[in-house]
Amino acid sequence: MIFGEAEIQQFLRLAQRGTEEKEREGALVSLRRGLQCPETQQTFIRLEGSIRTLVGLLTSNQALLQLEAARCLHELSHSEQSAVVEACLPATSYLLTYLSGHSSDFIELCLYTLGNLIVESEAVRRQLLPQGIVPALAACIQSPHLTVLEALGYALSQLLQAKEAPEKIIPSVLGSTLPQHMLQLLQPGPKLNLGVAVEFAWCLHYIICSQVNNALLITQGALSTLGLLLLDLAGAVQRTEDAGLELLACPVLRCLSNLLTEAAAEAVGGQLQLRDERVVAALFILLQFLLQKQPSLLPEGLWLLNNLTANSPSFCTSLLSLDLIEPLLHLLSVSNVVSVLVLTVLCNVAEKGPAYCQRLWPGPLLSSLLDTLAFSDTEVVGQSLELLQLLFLYQPGAAQAFLQQSGLQALQRHEEVAQLQDRVHALQQTALHG
Amino acid sequence: MQLPPALHARLAGAPGSAEPLPVERDPAAGTTPFSFAPRLVRFPREHDFFEDGDVQRHLYLQDVLTQVGGAPERPRRPSARVPEFTCQVAGCCQVFDALEDYEHHYHALHRNVCSFCKRAFPSGHLLDTHILEWHDSLFQILAERQDMYQCLVEGCTEKFRTSRDRKEHLVMRHLYPADFRFDKPRRSRGQDFAVDSRIIWRTDFSMGDFYKALSISPAVPGAAEQVLAEALGDDRAPSEGDAMEVCSEHVEPSPEPAGERRAYSHRIPSTICFGQGASRGFKSAKKRNKHQ
Repeated sequence: MIFGEAEIQQFLRLAQRGTEEKEREGALVSLRRGLQCPETQQTFIRLEGSIRTLVGLLTSNQALLQLEAARCLHELSHSEQSAVVEACLPATSYLLTYLSGHSSDFIELCLYTLGNLIVESEAVRRQLLPQGIVPALAACIQSPHLTVLEALGYALSQLLQAKEAPEKIIPSVLGSTLPQHMLQLLQPGPKLNLGVAVEFAWCLHYIICSQVNNALLITQGALSTLGLLLLDLAGAVQRTEDAGLELLACPVLRCLSNLLTEAAAEAVGGQLQLRDERVVAALFILLQFLLQKQPSLLPEGLWLLNNLTANSPSFCTSLLSLDLIEPLLHLLSVSNVVSVLVLTVLCNVAEKGPAYCQRLWPGPLLSSLLDTLAFSDTEVVGQSLELLQLLFLYQPGAAQAFLQQSGLQALQRHEEVAQLQDRVHALQQTALHG
Repeated sequence: MQLPPALHARLAGAPGSAEPLPVERDPAAGTTPFSFAPRLVRFPREHDFFEDGDVQRHLYLQDVLTQVGGAPERPRRPSARVPEFTCQVAGCCQVFDALEDYEHHYHALHRNVCSFCKRAFPSGHLLDTHILEWHDSLFQILAERQDMYQCLVEGCTEKFRTSRDRKEHLVMRHLYPADFRFDKPRRSRGQDFAVDSRIIWRTDFSMGDFYKALSISPAVPGAAEQVLAEALGDDRAPSEGDAMEVCSEHVEPSPEPAGERRAYSHRIPSTICFGQGASRGFKSAKKRNKHQ
């Protein structure tokens, strides 16, 4: 609904000075409908005194007027125009103040409004930090209301995604009690709520991939919590057709993968979670799920598998003993990116020596490799060549079998490719002359 | 992708790991022209690798956000409509037909209420600060000698000698508005303006509004005061001084600190007189005890 200046003024006047409470509320409801429209939003913010009046109603002693005024602000917060969003600046100190109230619906509304404002404007973020948004959220996260928590997670995730977050925001978040509470809300168990967990898993992801102080998160038990959560997810995936689980799987996979690269992860490597082969089992169950539900997330799952197996004889052995090589090979036809990752994981296993290669052989590996050699993608072929070298080195009979399956012809087509030539020739030599 | 049937059982089984096979590397492995070495891979923010998952997340949020707003036309959770009922708190006559509305009303107006002066606050924290600064005589004594006014921002531990210093800190350090509603200084005692004199120092109160408020005949003594107060949405009369509280009208940032009230006394023309024999200022609040 497009309202002009005169109509907006009328609504505001009625809301502010009307005698009947229902009338005042009704005026704001009408205004709100108008504010769903970008044109009305523009007219509103350009009207002198309009925001001031709205903020006045937001802080009035009439609770229902407060609520309606907050809803109007919420509409404004949806705008993609920075002028509209920045017009809401005078309201932010009040939105933050109300986070320590008790009315869960109202708090939820304030949080979503804040989250929206945060996304659109650096000026808003620049103001919210000194206004104390981090301590306000840290206090609010102790709310027992799931709807409030989900809204808080949303607002926080937007804050953490800001481009200046690694320098200006994440350090103070890490210095607060927020990480501990977030990890608590990610603990698997009967109290785990999917909507809430999704938000805080994404929050963790933005913190972790910014690489500000991941060691701190590890000391707070992030690896342990996320590992258990992964197991829980795999269990859930088996039990139900719930469409939302991949929304949680994605950030969990990312967090775990990145955390495993930290030196501090080595230090807690003694913790069971990092050696527990159920993690590998869970990951494959998730990979199967992702293959059906969201194949574009397969690279993320395989990234984790790479980081689990790269330096771990234990996990490489688990891949073999749990018979996961064949399922892994099935993924080779999905995409080039996936194929490279699958081959990398196989290299992780093979490079550990003869005992490992022996368990890779015979089986479908050879024919899969001959298939990948037929790909045109250089990276896929290159990774196949690396794997072949390891197999030829550690597995007697591999070269022979390769020759017998017309391996040389498969190699020939890449003889002229710059990035592949040298490796192709080396393999040809090894195959022919041992 | 067929998974071995034992896998599901393994997931449900006990924690544990396989005895790792012996590692035995040949130095020739991964040497020129080959280059493979197992590597932990780390992806930083904004890496292309995250694109697909990020898009999915974005679509999910768009979906969620269109449902937010609590607006009656598009409820996220259906709001429970019940037969009309009245707020049970003594002295409050607000009527509701939806539980959600009642919840907010209760929390906003009855939850954090000062038992001394009946003012309501949005949070326990602000209520506690108010009680300390307004109703604790020990506070007053201590404040003469040390910094007692605590910053209102959660997490900031600064304290100040006066409420004005605190306000300056709120504005300069925390970028709060100069007229932040929940930080009005307490009026000192012993003035002949009582509570209603606040009507005088609202700087955005125009003479037009003033006369409109008087449109009901002021023949009845005291009626005009009541009308005036009601017109300004002031339906509760705190028993003393002024206002770190929720006001119904937004006050413009005043050029002088809010504690000074003399500057505004000229707003009531001397020709206006309330009821018979009333003086120019307003009398004490005794007769306005409607909602205590």
